[in-house]
Amino acid sequence: MLYRESGQYKTSYTDDQAIFPLKQDRWLMAIALVIAFVVIPLTSSEYMLEAVIIPFLIFALAAIGLNLLAGYCGQISLGTGGFMAVGGYTAYKLTTSLPDMNMIIVFLLSGVAAAFVGIMFGIPSLRIKGFYLAVATLAAQFFLQWLFNKVEWFYNYNPSGTITAPPREMFGFVVTGPHATAEARYMITLVVVAVLALVAKNLTRGHIGRSWMAIRDMDIAAEIIGIRPLHAKLSAFAISSFYCGVAGSLFVFTWLGSVETEAFNINLSFQVLFMVIIGGLGSILGSFIGAAFITAVPILLTNAPQFFGFNLPIDLQKHFEVMIFGVLIIFFVIVEPHGLARLWQITKEKLRLWPFPY
Amino acid sequence: MNLKKTLIAAMGAAVLAAPLVAAPVLSSTAEAAAEQFFPMIIYRTGAYAVGGIPLANGYGDYLKLLNARDGGINGVKIKFEECETQYSTKVGVECYEKLKGKGDVGPTVFNPNSTGITYAIIPKASVDKVPVHSMGYGRTAAGDGRVFPWAFTFPTSYWSQAAAFINYIGEREGGKNNLKGKKIAFIYHNSGYGKEPLPTFNKLAKKYGYDFKALAVDHPGQEQKAAWLQVRRYKPDYVFLTGWGVMNQVAIKEAAAIRFPMDHFIGNWWSGAEPDVLPAGKTAIGYIAATFNQPGAGTQAHADIVKHVYGGDAAAAKKGQIGQVLYNRGIINAIYDTEAVRTAMGKYGNKAMSGEQVRWGLENLNLTEARLGELGVKGFMGPISVSCKDHEGGGKVMFQQWSGTEWKIVKGWTDTMQDVIRPMIEEAAAAYAKENKITPRAC
Repeated sequence: MLYRESGQYKTSYTDDQAIFPLKQDRWLMAIALVIAFVVIPLTSSEYMLEAVIIPFLIFALAAIGLNLLAGYCGQISLGTGGFMAVGGYTAYKLTTSLPDMNMIIVFLLSGVAAAFVGIMFGIPSLRIKGFYLAVATLAAQFFLQWLFNKVEWFYNYNPSGTITAPPREMFGFVVTGPHATAEARYMITLVVVAVLALVAKNLTRGHIGRSWMAIRDMDIAAEIIGIRPLHAKLSAFAISSFYCGVAGSLFVFTWLGSVETEAFNINLSFQVLFMVIIGGLGSILGSFIGAAFITAVPILLTNAPQFFGFNLPIDLQKHFEVMIFGVLIIFFVIVEPHGLARLWQITKEKLRLWPFPY
Repeated sequence: MNLKKTLIAAMGAAVLAAPLVAAPVLSSTAEAAAEQFFPMIIYRTGAYAVGGIPLANGYGDYLKLLNARDGGINGVKIKFEECETQYSTKVGVECYEKLKGKGDVGPTVFNPNSTGITYAIIPKASVDKVPVHSMGYGRTAAGDGRVFPWAFTFPTSYWSQAAAFINYIGEREGGKNNLKGKKIAFIYHNSGYGKEPLPTFNKLAKKYGYDFKALAVDHPGQEQKAAWLQVRRYKPDYVFLTGWGVMNQVAIKEAAAIRFPMDHFIGNWWSGAEPDVLPAGKTAIGYIAATFNQPGAGTQAHADIVKHVYGGDAAAAKKGQIGQVLYNRGIINAIYDTEAVRTAMGKYGNKAMSGEQVRWGLENLNLTEARLGELGVKGFMGPISVSCKDHEGGGKVMFQQWSGTEWKIVKGWTDTMQDVIRPMIEEAAAAYAKENKITPRAC
């Protein structure tokens, strides 16, 4: 009744090709954007922004990156943490050597650096597939983490090897460093993530995305219909790593403010991979849902006992958190192997018929 | 189909439960009298729990003791809350954000118990006006109070410790000049924590002419075969260990396995506690580690903790690890912090102190032998005085040796070459100030 296409006539190809062909979807999206750009910065507490929403956005961006590669192009990668590290360290080196450079440009350039590294490590994908490729990208993860730990130049010869986001301004607001308000950091993160998510969505609808999906579904058939695997696979690696690199630079500059290479360890790669799997392979929305699930649920579980008035010892609470989180992951993967995004799709299909399903 | 419906309902419930995420901010209740709130960023699970648990127990028990015996600090009740980090910097930042808004007048002082978390919250804390006390860990440069007004590293730092180690082995070799040509291997946790002393070792190597080799061990430190293989090849005269959690016991076992003489194997103060040596059994006898507190449970303060916190149940206290090296270090940390609050009360009156007032207290902390006697910890820890300029507080270090059943001090307060170390600290602080556009305050 509320959600159906009847009566919405498409009279041009442009209308037919819109990202959101349904009026209701456009409304939903507009509301979501208003909430993200207006309501959240006005109403959220600092804790909420710092500990939940900013990491959610950054992880969503990294998940989009991995999703382009794994979900759309079918190339499994375990190097996400390494590519994010490239982004984080490049941004640090850029902004400490060129302090006047606009931060948005710094973030984008660090994405470009990550893209080049991604291409380098994507070359093996031309010959190997599946688990073998996963192992090759695992090498990227370990090599890059080792490199940033070992070469002192990357952290400006600082004795502990920790990189700290220096204060930088944009439009008169401090956007990074300790004096940046949570709102300012949220806004810059949101703008970057929103724009890049839109770009990603359109990439997947255009010829590049289609060539990736063709490679994913059957590489030999794709080759026969004229898709060049070299271009498709390496562009997937490049663009995916670009997203991960930007996410990595935001990870350092707008969220944690100070990191050591340990923050980009293999766990980070797995975390992003779980987001993609739980959210839904081959879905931009799924990247957001997966990121929300993986970042918010542990925090929710940590705060739940206190909220309900139980004062558990914190070690017990942590163990519960880990167990419940694990059970939830298994539960969702069993009942919806295509990810949470698929649930939303099913809901939409049902809504079209509601309230008269037959 | 039904399952799908249930699932959608479950998701709806999750959305409704979203306010839970914001719960910590909402659930602050008004109290009759303002209490002094101590946030505790600690870890009782994960690869570093073995060190985190006794630290947290010691800190918490001392706070409980003050409440039970004295009714708090000068009559102001103490409240504390733990937040579990698993030694992860990301979770530590979340904990900091959660706890910084709590307490009737805000948190007293943050003890991150991790060098990574310290690095992450020092910049934030100066904006939020909450002091950070990283007791013998964290960013060594924070010893310069002109650049880091909100961060404290006293009683000492990793750089001072490295200097003390060189002093100590120099003495054993019959003078530091005899260190020329000696070989020192440094096995460290490959993180900000482990790397911190490297500049000192390299600098002193130039001065005293010893040969130095740094060998990294990756998190969590269970896999060290490669490093010890290199130790075997290198044949060092001394090995210095900077480990934490499970890494320590593995290192000691590995050293025993290659029959490295234990009294030439020296750990830093986070690598010399009971859980580190006990798993290696008899082979660990003779192992030496740095420290800045006496081992054992012999002081009046310990007796009071058994009496007031554990209700006289010595067995329960023992289970709480009372008297262990890291438990004692938790006590020391609590003594420093609560005495800083007391110092602040001397200026601002006997009420709950805000972060800014506690910062003044930390900066003007002067623990004399007499005061330590009043606290029932005479001889247990060194006297200390902190100043606006010097947030490290002099930095003397002791060395203790494992006898197989207990730790014994083998070298009392050792000089830490402040003539070399202090300029390095000031140089590093100046570099930080430049990079982050901080104008150092005048002291």
